[in-house]
Amino acid sequence: MSEARVIALPDATDRALIVATQGGLPLVAEPYHVLADQLGISAEEVMQRLQAMQQNGIIRRIGLVPNHYALGYTCNGMTVWDVPDERIHILGPKLGALPFVSHCYRRPRFLPDWPYNLFAMVHGRSRAETDAQVEEIARLLGDDDRGHAVLYSTRILKKTGLRLGNRGD
Amino acid sequence: MDAIDRAIINALQDGFPICARPYAAAAEQLGITEDDLLQRLAALREQNTITRFGPLFHAERLGGALSLVAMRIPAQDFDRVAAQVNAHVEVAHNYERTHEFNMWFVLATETEQQLQDTLRAIEAETGYPVYNMPKLEEYYLNLRFAV
Repeated sequence: MSEARVIALPDATDRALIVATQGGLPLVAEPYHVLADQLGISAEEVMQRLQAMQQNGIIRRIGLVPNHYALGYTCNGMTVWDVPDERIHILGPKLGALPFVSHCYRRPRFLPDWPYNLFAMVHGRSRAETDAQVEEIARLLGDDDRGHAVLYSTRILKKTGLRLGNRGD
Repeated sequence: MDAIDRAIINALQDGFPICARPYAAAAEQLGITEDDLLQRLAALREQNTITRFGPLFHAERLGGALSLVAMRIPAQDFDRVAAQVNAHVEVAHNYERTHEFNMWFVLATETEQQLQDTLRAIEAETGYPVYNMPKLEEYYLNLRFAV
């Protein structure tokens, strides 16, 4: 999907709604009414705005994100691949379709130090499981795998999450 | 975590209704009561089995600038550089990783200019180059885990 299509940016009320829900949806029977009271608008408007933001992609979805560590997916590797630029549009979606890949992006190379242009996060319950996942990706890419590396995280140095409030507003 | 908790986690990763009583609607699909769903979600959040419940935003579409940045820092300077990088509020998260490129952080700013300014400031403060690796194309993003 192209990121270049024209996208409606959130207005001030949308942004207030984003800030109000960044910590999550209230766990009460009528959560949209609670948000409406906070913002001084009607619950109908809250629901309409959430629906509109979901339609234009500002909200990917409303839902739950499990803590993958707590669920046993303790081994997470950032796999990086050097694949031909002219084939990446075919190869990227193939990697993304694998059930153990959570994110798959094209990013710039920095030659000669950093030759990798395709990033795929893999998640396993053990190092053996992620090693097997890397093997599976390598097999899938075949000759298009001109080199790869797996970067495991060894330490979280900072984790504050992405918050609109951090962006100076 | 019992079978009902697992069913809740699996079902609500895919979406949540937008209506006056959304928990009642979701609970009905799961064959439990609204109260039960609310209590279980609160418990799952309390136990840190779920990290988030609510709208998941497409960060790039909020109008700001966002990038993944890598640095190559020798062991003896690593902690100093980590502290200097983390001191910037624009740095959302930062991980040490097993590679010559051993520091990886996400920068989020209001504008592309602020992002570039932050990168230049980090280079000036730390004395090491930054490798700015913004997303050029997204092929897939899925935070779904079957349990």
